[in-house]
Amino acid sequence: MEKYVYINDRPVAWEGEKNLLELARKAHIDIPTFCYHSDLSLYGACRLCMVEVEGRGLVTSCTTEPFEGMKVKTHSQQILKLRKTIVEMLLANHDQNCPQCSRATDCKLRDISNRLNIDNVRFRQTREFKTVNLGSDCLTRDPNKCVLCGDCVRFCDEIQSIGAIDFAGRGLEVNVSSAYGKSLAQVDCVNCGQCAAVCPTGAIVIKTDVPRAWEAIHDSKKTVVAQIAPAVRVALGEMFGIPASDMTTGKMVAAMKIIGFDQVYDTSFAADLTVVEEANEFIARKSNGGKLPIFTSCCPAWVKFAEQSFPSLLENLSSCRSPQQMFGAIAKERLPELLKVDKKDLVVISIMPCTAKKYECKRPEFTREDGIPDVDIALTTQELGRMVREAGIDFESLEPESFDLPMGFATGAGVIFGNSGGVSEAVLRYAADKFDIPVPESIVLQEVRGTSGLREATLADGNLKIAVVHGLRNARELADKIIAGEAEYDIVEVMACPGGCTGGAGQPIVTTQRQHRERTKTLYNADKTMAMHRAQDNPFIHELYDELLKEPNSHKAHELLHTAYRHRKRIDDDELSISTGDAKDRCQIRVCVGTSCYLRGAQDILAKTLQMVEENAWGNYFDISATFCSEKCDKGPNVTVGDKVIHRAELAHIKQLITEEASRRVK
Amino acid sequence: MSTQYSAAHSFNKVMEILDRYDRSEEKIIPILQAVQEEYRYLPQEVLTFIATSLGVSPARLYGVATFYSHFSLEAKGKHIIKMCDGTACHVRGSAKVIDAIRERLKLTDKKITTDDMMYTFQTVSCLGACGLAPVLVVDDEIHGQVTPQQALALIDKIDAEEKENA
Ligand code: SF4
Ligand code: SF4
Ligand code: SF4
Ligand code: FES
Ligand code: FES
Repeated sequence: MEKYVYINDRPVAWEGEKNLLELARKAHIDIPTFCYHSDLSLYGACRLCMVEVEGRGLVTSCTTEPFEGMKVKTHSQQILKLRKTIVEMLLANHDQNCPQCSRATDCKLRDISNRLNIDNVRFRQTREFKTVNLGSDCLTRDPNKCVLCGDCVRFCDEIQSIGAIDFAGRGLEVNVSSAYGKSLAQVDCVNCGQCAAVCPTGAIVIKTDVPRAWEAIHDSKKTVVAQIAPAVRVALGEMFGIPASDMTTGKMVAAMKIIGFDQVYDTSFAADLTVVEEANEFIARKSNGGKLPIFTSCCPAWVKFAEQSFPSLLENLSSCRSPQQMFGAIAKERLPELLKVDKKDLVVISIMPCTAKKYECKRPEFTREDGIPDVDIALTTQELGRMVREAGIDFESLEPESFDLPMGFATGAGVIFGNSGGVSEAVLRYAADKFDIPVPESIVLQEVRGTSGLREATLADGNLKIAVVHGLRNARELADKIIAGEAEYDIVEVMACPGGCTGGAGQPIVTTQRQHRERTKTLYNADKTMAMHRAQDNPFIHELYDELLKEPNSHKAHELLHTAYRHRKRIDDDELSISTGDAKDRCQIRVCVGTSCYLRGAQDILAKTLQMVEENAWGNYFDISATFCSEKCDKGPNVTVGDKVIHRAELAHIKQLITEEASRRVK
Repeated sequence: MSTQYSAAHSFNKVMEILDRYDRSEEKIIPILQAVQEEYRYLPQEVLTFIATSLGVSPARLYGVATFYSHFSLEAKGKHIIKMCDGTACHVRGSAKVIDAIRERLKLTDKKITTDDMMYTFQTVSCLGACGLAPVLVVDDEIHGQVTPQQALALIDKIDAEEKENA
């Protein structure tokens, strides 16, 4: 039997919607919200979503479950007044420099204030404006625009399982902060940028590199080439009123030529190259009993996350650089000759759906000995859109143009990289023959497509097991299982962003899940319309191997296309000095108590060391401190005694060293 | 106990406290309370160590530690002086007392602890003793209807005692 709820006296069928807010949306009423996000837990703090329920009075619609026969009013006199009051209170403490705000066109506060016809703020400012900037290479924070909805905090914790930011302080001082008010660059933030993507205002925004891009373009000595990631082409149009169902590749290339890019190439070309390298790396590991599962490594947020949290899995990560960095390395190697330009005058700008790519291109290993980085500037889709606007280009009316050759030619394999599951599918298309996987004519591997957080596929009669995860909490849970031996796979694909890079934080802001799904679909459709679908069929990839790399995983390929990972501490913290001696000649003892070492018993070593020094009255001769992660986590517990660094420290050994050091000093 | 061991002693205490509360996330508040008692404030590195031991993110622990005004992330002086600046106390002239104390101790609303770590001076909003306004609390002892002169006399008294004990 159908159940009904009466919204504004009109019956609405209640089909299991979990709260009044969702039900109202189905009834074509968009109740304003700040702290509701369908993927996150309920917070119920902003009170903006109030509705009136007969018999119950005012309730927050986001936290109220419907019941049969419920009578709801969504815009009574009282509610309209209340909403205005709430928004006015927020505006009173909001730095309203909207014209200078990068979120001016998609700010929810601005939009709601406008929708509610607010023409006057009746309240005085009660919070002092702060100048704190807790940014990183990727993000900038402006606490004076924060409405304290908590979306960023919950995303970072619930979806990414990181918790790099949280509410700190109380009363008027409450703000969103990393630990001890450090910058995001000093803590375990992985730069996924999703906090900025869910922020309704300009309180966390992408750090812009647009001025640097213009400067390069306007410098007549420079030759500026662009690479565009696959996910950009299905989202850029959204900034110009073109739905995600329309691919805007051609218009995008045209716009970039007008802007002044000398060559416009496709990162999907480098993705094809990644497929060849990664598939060969995998096949080699599989046949010589190498480390499995192989984890994909094209998402820099996932890579940093693994470096911080999964030291024991770093050898499992594919050594392949991401397509952005493969492109950069090949461009700086080949283009100077091809375009007749001095290497130092060649500027590679990448257009990415991603904020973490800004961090990735600055990793020191991607700058070669001559001091020239492989990728000079990483811009997001949003930033490119802003440049198009700044140049006054009428995007919608542009005639499509095509990518430049040779690095602008890609197959469908390189294009679907932008979707979660895409990398796996592309690698499978390459490796199918090897494993006797009957590849359907359309070359669609349905098993790895979809939206659920963890998808698994077993192919080749059980000989090939694949897992695809997106969102780092899902990645963490899977990695824990793999380490515990509860799950076994050959290939694990990880993308930090929901849906993969199409849902990256550098993409235009979306407000509905439908927009996300649309991008995914359009990208798969793009694959269908392409001439080739398998990376190994790309003639320009063949040419690259013939002329430069010789064969997959060759020495040259390793130099240009592969990389290594390192353990990374989660927080920049001073060491904790526990005991200092006063003799002139003292010995330093430092015990790492970072998470990995802690779990391996570092604390016991530290306690017993202190005890030993105290019992023998050697305190004068030692400075003892606890350090936080010396970035050798796989070899923990790590202890230094004097100039000796001891990995996998055992108490007896440490005690012996201390005794030696002491006997040398005690007369 | 010599001074060089006092830091080691405190750190051993932290480990003891963690053990006493089963390293359980639910017991964050009593853990922080006990640690603050030991150090008189919550040193940043100790907080990071606690976060590691409890398996919570340092940002979350920082959030908890800053939520309660009871906790302090800055070193506190040996003597803690608090002046109420709630409405009742304000009306009865707490501002003058506050100014006098700050001037005497060379403190401001941002710098609340003297360089010699002897005094910490804070203002609080309403101590619930409005009948005695303006109210001053010196090392947990409440003084009602204080004037600037009385407040300074109380500090003189502590100074004298400290000198005697030194
Ligand atoms: S960028 Fe990602 S990891 Fe960093 S604070 Fe934001 S959500 Fe957390
Ligand atoms: S920074 Fe943005 S998302 Fe985070 S609490 Fe403030 S307004 Fe909300
Ligand atoms: S999933 Fe894609 S967009 Fe998101 S952080 Fe990783 S590489 Fe960047
Ligand atoms: S959206 Fe319901 S309380 Fe914020
Ligand atoms: S925790 Fe990383 S080296 Fe000890």
